Amino acid sequence: MKATLDYILHLADNALILGQRNAEWCGHGPVLEQDIAISNISLDLIGQARSFYQYAAELQGNGSTEDTLAYLRHERQFRNILLLEQPKSDWAYTTLRQFFFSAFQQLLFQQLSTQADERIGAIAEKSLKEVNYHLRWSSEWVVRLGDGTEESRRRLQQALDDSWPFVNEMFQAENFELESGVRVEELQAAWTEKVKACLAEAGMEMPVTSLTRHGGKKGIHSEHLGYILAEMQYLQRSYPGCEW
Amino acid sequence: MSVHDLEKVFQEKIDSETKIEPLDWMPEAYRKTNIRQISQHAHSEIVGMLPEGNWISRAPSLKRKAILLAKVQDEAGHGLYLYSACETLGISREETINDLHSGRAKYSSIFNYPTLTWADIGAVGWLVDGAAIMNQVMLTRTSYGPYARAMVRICKEESFHQRQGFESLLVLSKGSPEQQAMCQDAINRWWWPALMMFGPRDSESTNSDQSMKWKIKRKTNDELRQQFVDMCVEQVKLLGMTLPDPNLKWNAERNHYDFGEIDWNEFWQVVKGNGPCNKERLQARKQAWEEGAWVREAAAAHAAKKQKRTAAHAA
Repeated sequence: MKATLDYILHLADNALILGQRNAEWCGHGPVLEQDIAISNISLDLIGQARSFYQYAAELQGNGSTEDTLAYLRHERQFRNILLLEQPKSDWAYTTLRQFFFSAFQQLLFQQLSTQADERIGAIAEKSLKEVNYHLRWSSEWVVRLGDGTEESRRRLQQALDDSWPFVNEMFQAENFELESGVRVEELQAAWTEKVKACLAEAGMEMPVTSLTRHGGKKGIHSEHLGYILAEMQYLQRSYPGCEW
Repeated sequence: MSVHDLEKVFQEKIDSETKIEPLDWMPEAYRKTNIRQISQHAHSEIVGMLPEGNWISRAPSLKRKAILLAKVQDEAGHGLYLYSACETLGISREETINDLHSGRAKYSSIFNYPTLTWADIGAVGWLVDGAAIMNQVMLTRTSYGPYARAMVRICKEESFHQRQGFESLLVLSKGSPEQQAMCQDAINRWWWPALMMFGPRDSESTNSDQSMKWKIKRKTNDELRQQFVDMCVEQVKLLGMTLPDPNLKWNAERNHYDFGEIDWNEFWQVVKGNGPCNKERLQARKQAWEEGAWVREAAAAHAAKKQKRTAAHAA
């Protein structure tokens, strides 16, 4: 039960934190159509987060709600992976990160829709339609930027170098995953293949690095998360117990 | 046909409520006025994303966050339809956007005011969208076809936004004393700027007469403003709040509410660039555009390469 709850919170936190990051583009995108697209992805992720938090709140009871879970937990209680809390940086970083995460989510949600508990399965299945679109959109951008201009290629390379150390955390099973019967480590081969194919189309090499960063699933975050939460939670914390 | 005859045919169409379409002959001034008005409207949607976007990261619940994000995204969509409507008059989106960045084109002054508290998001929805709708409902019947049709779609979404804004204020008005104070404060700050959205008084408005004759506009600034005041006076009662105007009073003779004088000095100051956020808003738009340049260039370069490869492959 504790493991399931932690696992659901992990899924919810992943979606919320990336949703929060992507929403920073709203009104500031490189072109109107893409401003709309990235906001839309953000909205989908926030929607996923809400479904998972609502389920977690039911399991937890004690008057918890989607909002107490999102707004009243502290830095050390968040279970999202580190990749998703990194600053949005430029369009190359944002789209590449989305591609990495959507490719992972697609494989994970396929697995969850068949073998996890029914409620998680239902949310995963419903979210898959969105994830498929996110993956298509973001992979197209990776190809576009890799194949585009010298500058876009250089920026994509930078994004690859910067984000790669965070990739491994997706596939490092935490206890709450093992106990929930989720096998993230089994997804790595298929994920790598997908990424390799896309990067090849973009004319990019797979990065080689021995650096890895992890800890998010255990609640040991980068310094960025504290600021995200300070901003996101400020009204709930300034005016406790209010309806909004 | 002589220009005189063309103008006659054109005015007859207008008078008989036939829409003017992109390929129809139209007086140059009609084209220019529409370009000015539609592009100004498009820019307002895009710049308007900024004050509201200011609260997405801090929205107080996940539901409110989703509603606000969806709303701001709708504004972007409205901008898109309007830039497209503008393009039918022979000006590209890029040119139109350049005019915004160079300061040649205007956008609604209301977005030069800051959103200081969460209640401002509700007040913007209720008052700013509310005022915009008055104008936009009229514009669904404007004489230029593409503009009128874009407005039909926009109006549906805007009235939804206005209800959401009002509902969000309603929650605050029933909340804690601090929330109630936040609500009243936001109404106090947004009321007069919202009234200014209808533009100068009819007696001072330079563009009105010809626009009325061409049915680009169908109601005067003062008529629309009065309609808005009459509506809000009733709605504010539901919130248990007040409007910051001691001169608001029912006038049985006119069958309308009388209201106080707008601070026209403030109005012109903001129009001329001296509002609280004029500089920041334009700067944010320019920055997004400049920082996005390499992305747009990359997309264009990739598309060109892809086309070349496909062509080579086909040959």
